[in-house]
Amino acid sequence: MYLSTVTSPPATGTPRRSGRRGLAGVSANVFALGTVSLITDVSSEMVTAVLPLYLVLGLQLSPLAYGMIDGVYTGATALLRLVGGYVADRTRRRKAVAGIGYGLSALAKPLLLAVGSSVSAIGLVIAADRTGKGLRAAPRDAMITLSTPPESLGRAFGVHRAMDSVGAFLGPLAALGVLAAAAQSFDAVFVVSFCVAALGVLVLVLFVRDRRQAAPATGQVSVREAAGLLRVAPVRRLVLAACLLGLATIGDGFVYLLLQRREELGTVWFPLLAAGTSLGYLLLAAPLGVLADRIGRLPVMLGGYVALTAAYLLLFGPLGGSPLLVVTLALYGLFYAATDGVLMALAGPVLPEHLRTTGIALIQTGQALAYLLSSVLFGLAWQLWGPATASRIAAAAVVAAVAVTLLLLRRPAAGATAPAADSPTTAPDAAEPAAQKEISR
Amino acid sequence: MKDLSIRGRVAIAAVATVLLAAAGAGYVQLARDRAAASGAVPVTTEVTLDPGPRLLVSTGGRLAVVSRTDPSGPREVAGVECARVYAAAGTGVCLQPDTAWSYRLIVLDSRLRVTRSFAIPGLPNRARVSASGRMVAWTTFVGGDSYSTGGFSTRTGILDTRTGTQVMSLEDFTITRDGKPYRNIDVNYWGVTFTTDDSTFYATMSTAGRRHLVQGDFTARTVRTLTDNVECPSLSPDGTRIAFKQAVDADPQRGWRLSVLDLATMAVTHLAETRSVDDQAAWLDDRTVAYTLRAADGAPSVWSVPADGAGAPTMLIADAESPATLQ
Repeated sequence: MYLSTVTSPPATGTPRRSGRRGLAGVSANVFALGTVSLITDVSSEMVTAVLPLYLVLGLQLSPLAYGMIDGVYTGATALLRLVGGYVADRTRRRKAVAGIGYGLSALAKPLLLAVGSSVSAIGLVIAADRTGKGLRAAPRDAMITLSTPPESLGRAFGVHRAMDSVGAFLGPLAALGVLAAAAQSFDAVFVVSFCVAALGVLVLVLFVRDRRQAAPATGQVSVREAAGLLRVAPVRRLVLAACLLGLATIGDGFVYLLLQRREELGTVWFPLLAAGTSLGYLLLAAPLGVLADRIGRLPVMLGGYVALTAAYLLLFGPLGGSPLLVVTLALYGLFYAATDGVLMALAGPVLPEHLRTTGIALIQTGQALAYLLSSVLFGLAWQLWGPATASRIAAAAVVAAVAVTLLLLRRPAAGATAPAADSPTTAPDAAEPAAQKEISR
Repeated sequence: MKDLSIRGRVAIAAVATVLLAAAGAGYVQLARDRAAASGAVPVTTEVTLDPGPRLLVSTGGRLAVVSRTDPSGPREVAGVECARVYAAAGTGVCLQPDTAWSYRLIVLDSRLRVTRSFAIPGLPNRARVSASGRMVAWTTFVGGDSYSTGGFSTRTGILDTRTGTQVMSLEDFTITRDGKPYRNIDVNYWGVTFTTDDSTFYATMSTAGRRHLVQGDFTARTVRTLTDNVECPSLSPDGTRIAFKQAVDADPQRGWRLSVLDLATMAVTHLAETRSVDDQAAWLDDRTVAYTLRAADGAPSVWSVPADGAGAPTMLIADAESPATLQ
């Protein structure tokens, strides 16, 4: 079954086991998914960059009212992400679910213009955009794992995330260019952003292949079986670790805010702080992914959290001025590069193939909700003890979470690449040959 | 899709890229033509802020002056770009675009010469000058300050033009809330209005979901809360009342009712304007307030309404915002 599903698609062009081609050394499908992400991120970051300007200067809305609307939908989109993952697994149409997500976000751009200055309608459109983002992430990552041999997952996710961040990096620049060319007209930015997003959807439709393996022997995926994922020890441990690490991570906004306060930066610099992190992320994602394949994904991911600890300590540490900014942002970019894609590479082989999208959605949702909670907790800590103590507590929390993660995931370390053997629900999948290789070694 | 050769797919993608690029470029050109067609406003050079029966506004993004008795009549438009503008006793304040993303505050003398200029963080929201022309206050919207996703916050600062003392953010002022010392990172200020002693001021302080009216002391760097659900206060010339916007049912998402608070009795009177007003009102005299209203597309106009709850709103100036009297 493995070989037959691999050799049939002519579009991906290459058999998966030898699926190294092009500069990046990843399969054509991963490259196609990376291209879709790059294009889509240009589009979405264009809008993110001008949205405050549009709402405040264009429509003269009070953004305080807008901010409140925004928070309400966070919980709802988290749930939708799980449902989307489950539907993708049940119908075995990951590409279709991802396509709906990309399409929804694309349509949100012209809708933003169409709804005028109604605060609640704008809130709904933004929620639709978020929903699209939530829907597409898990099926996209599942497709990456399914078109990559397990031993190269780190590299594949590294390359994908690097391409993704290139898009995020270019988006604001594109918005600036359109604003300059269109005499500061915001609607031109939205229209161009829509055109770019539409191209992203088209590239997905034309070039991304969903590996439609035969239905698993158990028949269709059921809710009970999806819920049963958490009964599988390695999956449960991974979800738990992801949530714990998420809980120890405070929001980007806090980090940038502390840097800005410490250095008395103008707000003009605020977007540049995020751009600095993106730059580190896009430069380091691929090399760290390759490193993760070589020396192990767990050490690289935990190394990323060590970098995060250092970044938190530096917020009230000995450095100052531009060394503080450069070192902190570099560590922060390193953190993202060593954790985001690597976690997925760690998760891929642990999750049975027919439930992979659900499993990935579970991990991503758990982590997202943990982030939300940690931000609230950090806000409280700040209020009670001040920002310096709060950021040191956060650093200590990261160290504790790293230690617990090590305990949770170290034991099945051999199984991190070969858990198929002790997982009862695992379908025959790509992890198996690697498992055999691992055992025979 | 499965029947298409890789060559066919690349061809489709290439054609689509060209078409989408053409559509985007076409729209950009359209937007540029539209902006060019709307044209530049003819500029009068001899605009002044000298006291007189005149109103100061911002129109088409520029500082302008109209007659108090014939506000819809001819406008004197200055070359100075201002998103927000205010003036008193020959001192003007103007929040001016630097780039599409950044703004600066300039202080003007009565001949519109710049006496002070500095960058302010974020996007312009409010600007005020004390009756004597000595104190200047501003509020901007700042992105990314808040930990909640997509959260916005405000930054409010005060400048003493006589001593040069400049506070870029009130958030370090000592707070007494409901009679008790208070601190919280979520504290935001907006909409400062000054009393005649040039140190005491009123403003809105938001924290933990409540929006308080605070009385502040610039010299002592303190504020204390007076009452709730008062935003963008504006002190009457006689110092007895505050015009403000009151969130409907204390929920800003439902809009704001323009109201007046009597400082002696703390009684609130709703004014005759029933449409939602998101502005810091300006008193034209002790009986009348002026404010900006916006159409759905953001287009502004200046209106006035009696300050006692009677009468009806009347439009003073079309296509203008940020009113102030030069009386």
